[in-house]
Amino acid sequence: MSENAKKEMRTPIETGAPDGFQYMHPTMRKNFGQWKYHEHPRPGVLVHYANSGEEIWTVRAGTQRILDVFTLRTLCDIGDEYADGYVRFTIRSNIEYMVKDKSKVEPLIEALEKEGFIVGGTKNSVAMISHTQGWLHCDIPGTDASGVVKAMMDELIDEFRNNEMPNRVHLTTSCCQINCGGQGDIAINIQHTKPPKINHDLVSNVCERPSVVARCPVAAIRPAMVNGKPSLEVDEKKCICCGACFPPCPPMQINDPEHSKLAIWVGGNHSNARSKPSFQKLVAAGIPNNPPRWPEATAIVKRILSAYKEDARDWERINDWIERIGWPRFFELTELPFTKYHIDNWRGGRKTLNSSAYVRF
Amino acid sequence: MKKHDTPMIDELENGPWPSFISGIKRLRDTHPEKRINEMTNDLLGQLEHSYETRKGYWKGGTVSVYGYGGGIIPRFSEVGDAFPKSKEFHTLRVQPPAGNYYTTESLRDLADSWEKHGSGLVTFHGQTGNIMFIGSTTESTQHFFDDINEKGWDLGGAGPCVRTAMSCVGAGRCEMSNVNEHKAHRLLVNNFMDDMHRPALPYKFKFKVSGCPNDCMNSIERADMSVIGTWRDNIKVDQEEFKKYVEMKGRKYVIDNIVTRCPTNAISLNDDDSIDIDNQNCVKCMHCLNVVPKALHPGDDKGVTILIGGKRTLKIGDLMGTVIVPFMKLEKEEDWERLVEIAEETIDFWADNALEHERCGEMIERIGLVNFLEGIGIDVDPNMVANPRESSYVRTDDWDDEAVKWYEKADKKKDSA
Repeated sequence: MSENAKKEMRTPIETGAPDGFQYMHPTMRKNFGQWKYHEHPRPGVLVHYANSGEEIWTVRAGTQRILDVFTLRTLCDIGDEYADGYVRFTIRSNIEYMVKDKSKVEPLIEALEKEGFIVGGTKNSVAMISHTQGWLHCDIPGTDASGVVKAMMDELIDEFRNNEMPNRVHLTTSCCQINCGGQGDIAINIQHTKPPKINHDLVSNVCERPSVVARCPVAAIRPAMVNGKPSLEVDEKKCICCGACFPPCPPMQINDPEHSKLAIWVGGNHSNARSKPSFQKLVAAGIPNNPPRWPEATAIVKRILSAYKEDARDWERINDWIERIGWPRFFELTELPFTKYHIDNWRGGRKTLNSSAYVRF
Repeated sequence: MKKHDTPMIDELENGPWPSFISGIKRLRDTHPEKRINEMTNDLLGQLEHSYETRKGYWKGGTVSVYGYGGGIIPRFSEVGDAFPKSKEFHTLRVQPPAGNYYTTESLRDLADSWEKHGSGLVTFHGQTGNIMFIGSTTESTQHFFDDINEKGWDLGGAGPCVRTAMSCVGAGRCEMSNVNEHKAHRLLVNNFMDDMHRPALPYKFKFKVSGCPNDCMNSIERADMSVIGTWRDNIKVDQEEFKKYVEMKGRKYVIDNIVTRCPTNAISLNDDDSIDIDNQNCVKCMHCLNVVPKALHPGDDKGVTILIGGKRTLKIGDLMGTVIVPFMKLEKEEDWERLVEIAEETIDFWADNALEHERCGEMIERIGLVNFLEGIGIDVDPNMVANPRESSYVRTDDWDDEAVKWYEKADKKKDSA
């Protein structure tokens, strides 16, 4: 075996998830598990006080999430020059710098803003949109989540760097109905509206047909001979256009330049605060998937946000607010149409119906 | 190198939010390596083509590193003839440190390795929690992995396997923390490296660890096994601080925003502006602690609640996790061992009983929670349900035996108390 080939055969070291302690700010390591309370002196800044009397200041900034190495190094340069060299990333891909001294906070914020990063995203702000890859990298994307997010955050930037919302607002986007972006107070997701278009010449070579049949949530796919070739056919009346057949069988093309639309969902909340976690609910569909800046989707998101900002009480998340005011009022305030498609007919959907005399007038 | 015209995605360079398109262009225009200039140029070309035609052009395939079966998301371009330099553009999923902590030094080190082998594009983090190194040729994949694996980084999961786990900022900074999140994260996931690196499970399996019921890691909604820090003694109240808060915000604010928001009406504001909490009926929702973190703190008798079976839409619809362990301490070594054992038993039972492509929560939905509990040897508990059965279609043949079990358990609990 040549030296090169031997190198290729290097056995991996299966270390798994690295220990975070080695990268933790010494003040945080020292006070691990000994934090007493925190304050929020301004948007994008948190200060945590330890029982020992020590404090740690955090500055949070929004980035473009898909980082080029230059941007990553700029973030590191700022960390070395203005912070203590310790950072972390939030679940919504914001970067956080932790410093021991309060005096470092203002120069750090200045340095971040000078380089174009956006300080904010804490507490009752509109947080950075958590999102998926989209056309840049995904194999089944109906849109470009990264582009939607950039275009939308341009418009929501003031809500990111201020704390004017009743409570925090988590936005998510997803490029297909698998919804990798996850649950959000407002979710902007692709909604396919037409059954897959099947390239029957390719199916038998590319797809394991029984697995594809098994993937369909509504049993709408069955094996068939088409033009003398083994393929699959879709009962188009049954099909819910979810796209689940596309990943195991790419010849069943679900993405459609015209008929893949955006839909907006609200009220997803992962926290247990005040009420149990909740899933998001459909409020708008049929929104054009309109690159490069998706203005129609952004307009609806802004409408929902402004109704929430205006009408919700302090500490109400979007789901809490709607729970209080009711869905008729939500549709009235946001001027969105309520249609037959809002009524859930999936298994268990009956529990989403109003089985009471509770009606608001 | 002829640069592709990109009028549509150029529009994403406008506006105040940082632009990922400008970042990719920096790699195209100013990186000293021609390989990166050309690769990112063709990437931009293909992305522009997607914007024009509103379609994606990547397809999967099989790419791995020696010794592993997963961890790479292979991407081959369907329009590679037009954009040859980015026709192989795989992503390496790399596991982050628990809590997503980094030093600038560690990030620079990763950046150095990555630009030697890959496109220079990276994301912290993907939705499962991985560092996503986006854009490697098939050949470079092994070289980049060799490079960073020697420095302590390991691939995450892709395919039907245990996936990369996530934990919150945790006890490192947060006063709401009730557990060593990072220890739980690493103990759990690192125990399953074989199940992560050599995908052979029915489908994906995710662990997420949140230090308190605010559940910043979205574990109930997104994790097959969710571990959430909690406590079972009283909320600690600093009455003097609370009174100061009432004085600052006013009684009306406190009543409207704290007292009446408690989901179990467990809070009462006293005439002297101190508060009483009915701790037995507190469900640890976190709301009052979130509002007045200076005055209200989690108790001292800390532990975790474990939920199993959360997932997103595919195939049967969204499912949240279900409480399997209402409370367990994580103090002694044997407690931690038990945590891992619960995970092992869950994954073993699921691997044996799930259908292909069936998540753990879907299996539980199909076979019923009781069959799952019996499979992993955990007794039923009223904390596992929102309410008891509503359907009268049930056989209760062994009712007396089951009732005896319940009383015996209750006696045992009384004896040990």
